Amino acid sequence: MSLSVSPPASGAPAPTRRRLGRLERAALRGVIVREVVNYSSFWRSSTFSSTVDPTIYLLAFGFGFGSLVSRVAGYRYIDFVGTGIVATTVLFSGCFPAMYGTFVKYSFQHTYDAILAAPVDTEELVTGEALWVAARTGVYGCVPMLVAVVFGLAPSWGMLLVPLIAGLAGFGWAVFGIFIAARSSKIESFSYWQSGLLTPMFLVAGTFFPLTRLPHWAQVLGNFNPLFHCVQLVRHVVFGRESLADLGHLAFLIVFALVAWRLAIRFMERKLIL
Amino acid sequence: MSTIESAISLRGVVKRFGALTAVDGLDLEVPYGTCVGLLGPNGAGKSTTMKALTAQVIADAGEIFILGYRLPGDSKQARAEMGVVPQLDNLDTALTVEQNLLVFSHLYRVAPGARRRAIERALEIANLRERRTAKVEELSGGMRRRLLIARALLHEPRLLLLDEPTVGLDPQVRQELWALIDRLRSEGVSILMSTHYIEEAERLCDTVTIMSHGRAVASGPPQALIREHAGAEALEVYGSPARLAEVESLARQRGWRTRRTGTSVALLRSNGSAALEGERRPANLEDVFVLLTGEEIE
Repeated sequence: MSLSVSPPASGAPAPTRRRLGRLERAALRGVIVREVVNYSSFWRSSTFSSTVDPTIYLLAFGFGFGSLVSRVAGYRYIDFVGTGIVATTVLFSGCFPAMYGTFVKYSFQHTYDAILAAPVDTEELVTGEALWVAARTGVYGCVPMLVAVVFGLAPSWGMLLVPLIAGLAGFGWAVFGIFIAARSSKIESFSYWQSGLLTPMFLVAGTFFPLTRLPHWAQVLGNFNPLFHCVQLVRHVVFGRESLADLGHLAFLIVFALVAWRLAIRFMERKLIL
Repeated sequence: MSTIESAISLRGVVKRFGALTAVDGLDLEVPYGTCVGLLGPNGAGKSTTMKALTAQVIADAGEIFILGYRLPGDSKQARAEMGVVPQLDNLDTALTVEQNLLVFSHLYRVAPGARRRAIERALEIANLRERRTAKVEELSGGMRRRLLIARALLHEPRLLLLDEPTVGLDPQVRQELWALIDRLRSEGVSILMSTHYIEEAERLCDTVTIMSHGRAVASGPPQALIREHAGAEALEVYGSPARLAEVESLARQRGWRTRRTGTSVALLRSNGSAALEGERRPANLEDVFVLLTGEEIE
């Protein structure tokens, strides 16, 4: 490796040669390549847990609940739950792998020490890992919906937008998962986040039942749930019922992703740079 | 000293963690093309210093230059041109030897056309060509350490940081790694190596810096440090604990320096005038280390 070095003026501090910027493609690519190559060794188990769990929920609610109610909020129940289930997959394949993956790489494998010793900064590390989780979530997000198609959900052109919505929501949940891992010194702390925040969000998202029958305060809280906005967007694009409100849902997902992204970077920096 | 002449230059570096001052005004130079050893007992601040060189620790005061780049601002450029061998094994254990190298050829930004050759060269240096398709979890401790070194050399860095490179390895494996490090030094790579194995530093390093309580207490070529601090010869006196205590008090009266080495007392700078029975041996770096840090080595 050769660099042209111009001698600095006497007494000058370090010569400033080439300055590497922030969020460089080369660094992001390196982080993503590491994830992809590692994924080749565990894709089976990862794909299994990310798609089978939501499919079980779909079938359980579809058959169990679907036998009691035929129509919900103007949809056939299979249509209602078959689209709402996308948000469940987003949570399962976006947030949880990011939480556990980050914790394991930090605490047990010391992976981040190795990556940060290369020309990669924390911002690139977090962004690259979340982009990869988002890409996976975009694909996994469609699997239970396709299963619902087998059980009667009518295919539509709007479904082609679902991977993009799931990918965007998946990025937000991936960085939120990284944020949770950065805030947790022990893996046991994940229980508080899971039981106290993620499980209520998973249920109050309008996936299995509409929020309109819940008490007013729960409906208000539901509006702050990114999963709710994901559910609404997916349902509307699949059934061609888009309205101006969907711009609001989209904006919410984008803001959620941006805020969680900055929080994840900030707290990972606190953890990794002493 | 000019920052241009040194691969690494630290001046007055301070790092505090709450009430603890881990590094307390450290000065350190690694001239280009030399191997420098950072010696010190546990808790002396070696690991914190090594972390500061990759900007994973940000100093509270002082200046750090690496390859002419000022840290922490230009740390990324510096990292692009140096290799780091960590103390803790952080290989991807589910991947093969070759996959680990492939991943880091991307992280170290080796050009696409040069990647294949860089990986072959790294495999050759680490003598791991036969094991290229083996998963890391199948490798012995020594092979894993060689792979860590190979990984740090993919981008042909001008500077190599080795953090306790042979800790926990068998003596024969350790010697194998010494040969590898010596080869790199002879090829002109600048090396900073932290270690608490005195023999390792004595064999491999052009100069050593001895750290104690976050400071450099001595710095120079091993032989010069020995002459300056321990003299030419040491006299080892063996005996019962009572006899050893007696020898120590005699030495104190005469102003000789002593160190206990378990079963014996070593008298330093006694210049052969001692009317004591014992075994004469050349003074060594370990004597210097113990005299200066007041601590025994593991």
